[in-house]
Amino acid sequence: MNQILTVAEKEFKDGLRNRWMVSITLIFSVLSIGLTYFGAAASGTVGIASISTTVASLASLAVFLIPLIALLVSFDSFVGEQESGTLLLLLTYPISKSQLVLGKFIGQGSIIALATLLGFGISAIVLYAEFENPAIFNTFSTFIVSAILLGLSFTAISYLISLSVSEKSKAAGLALITWFFFALVFDLALLALLVGIEDGISQQGLTQLMMLNPADIFRLVNLAGLDSTDVNGALAVAVNSSLTQGQWFMLLGAWVIMPLSLAIVIFRNKKL
Amino acid sequence: MASPLVSVEMLGKTYKNLTALKSINLQLAEGEVLGLFGHNGAGKTTMMKLILGVLSPSSGTVEVMGLKPDSKEAWHSRSKIGYLPENVSFYDQLTGLEVLTYFAKLKGYNKKQAINLLEQVGIANAMKRQVKTYSKGMRQRLGLAQAFIGEPKLLLLDEPTVGLDPIATADFYATVDQLKSTGSSIILCSHILPGVEQHIDRAMILSSGKVLAMGTLAQLRSEANLPIAIKPRGLNGSVLEDATLNGFFCKTSNSLQVPEDKKMTVLKQCLSYEHLADIDVESASLEKVYHYFLTRDSAVKPSSRGNVL
Repeated sequence: MNQILTVAEKEFKDGLRNRWMVSITLIFSVLSIGLTYFGAAASGTVGIASISTTVASLASLAVFLIPLIALLVSFDSFVGEQESGTLLLLLTYPISKSQLVLGKFIGQGSIIALATLLGFGISAIVLYAEFENPAIFNTFSTFIVSAILLGLSFTAISYLISLSVSEKSKAAGLALITWFFFALVFDLALLALLVGIEDGISQQGLTQLMMLNPADIFRLVNLAGLDSTDVNGALAVAVNSSLTQGQWFMLLGAWVIMPLSLAIVIFRNKKL
Repeated sequence: MASPLVSVEMLGKTYKNLTALKSINLQLAEGEVLGLFGHNGAGKTTMMKLILGVLSPSSGTVEVMGLKPDSKEAWHSRSKIGYLPENVSFYDQLTGLEVLTYFAKLKGYNKKQAINLLEQVGIANAMKRQVKTYSKGMRQRLGLAQAFIGEPKLLLLDEPTVGLDPIATADFYATVDQLKSTGSSIILCSHILPGVEQHIDRAMILSSGKVLAMGTLAQLRSEANLPIAIKPRGLNGSVLEDATLNGFFCKTSNSLQVPEDKKMTVLKQCLSYEHLADIDVESASLEKVYHYFLTRDSAVKPSSRGNVL
């Protein structure tokens, strides 16, 4: 346990030192405050939009940004140390490979989690000051917790990438493709399926397909509770699915644990 | 005698289609310093990785302190092993002290010990600076400090003196001698041969994954049967007139090239001249011994290949 904490502490301090923490918090807070105040501009009014509009717009932006940021923060965490030789050195220390993965995950995950909490938390506070409606905190806690899980999921996915390649540049390319696939291509493919297949796919089939993408699960978690007018596209079909919000959260959690476990397995079989 | 600290038997390591090491045998006692020599790709680093347990052997066995280094049981003994990899570049953004504290903590030590080690290797004055501002020699000293964490029982050093200035090299060897006197065993891998010989007990010369020669320097010298250079001064022409001496005289080096077993005879003969002003006796250097075994190996190879054909 001490070993995990030592690694986690170093990674967390690295995150502070590299200004990751500050930049992510800044991006998220500018984004969330901006959307809170001007989210209604599209409908012709300037001023604080309704909670559901705000969360819907925040969710549709966060679903692009959070995976990208998580991949950026972590894509080189193993391949970078492999290139500089410290990974080999660490493996001669009394620390196991799983301890190293978990330590890094806790350290870098805390950076993402804390930045998400602070950045979007500001928005919740601003909204509460305006409306004094406690429901805001309810909606926002769902949003923030799921956003953190989404970030952790892509941190774990980037470890998979970082451990599968032996060059930093390859890891960067692979991370970009991964982001492109989960954030854009996957949904386009789903839409194509919906429109292209004559009989259409069942609502259940669509929901099951969406479980294959943590970004879609994140959208579902957040949009399920909102007015359907703020939700459109393939999502609208899946929103009225049979799964409860708790189950969607568990699925998102599984998308953290699975890639992380797989990363440990890959690390154990990796030749240095 | 106590059981050996490192025991290697018939060790072999093959990568996909490359034999990195073949039937290596080695017993390293406590407090013994072994020099591991060989050109690039000879298998030195592979051998270190096998002893460290980062790699698992393809054949044969490795035991360190009675345990297989790649097994789970050996984890705790890892804090008693120090390793300095070749070409390691530490976290550039961190200060020297932060880097060393991190590694010290992973071995169960703290910042205080890290500071002591930085003082020991002589970079305590720069410990608050980022590693990216360090010179090559300072980085190497930091690496050494890292390997010395926790007074290891076994040290594996891959090219430890690369980038060190002569004074730092002397400091390094002083530390090696000190660690040796406290019972630590050291495996030293180096390309830089001069200066190593006084500090190693035994040498192992590797080439293409095989042991070309192993033993104490005296053993290797006698096996190589390289002559000793004796340079008498003040004898003028007497050397050429002396029946015992003139056979050994070598014009190009202007010295007597004497085989090991004739050393005393020749020396006594030289000393019998009253006008002898000075005499230098130089045993074959490690470098010469190394070259001897390498060239002998490459000289043997073509003929053995010829036999196959």
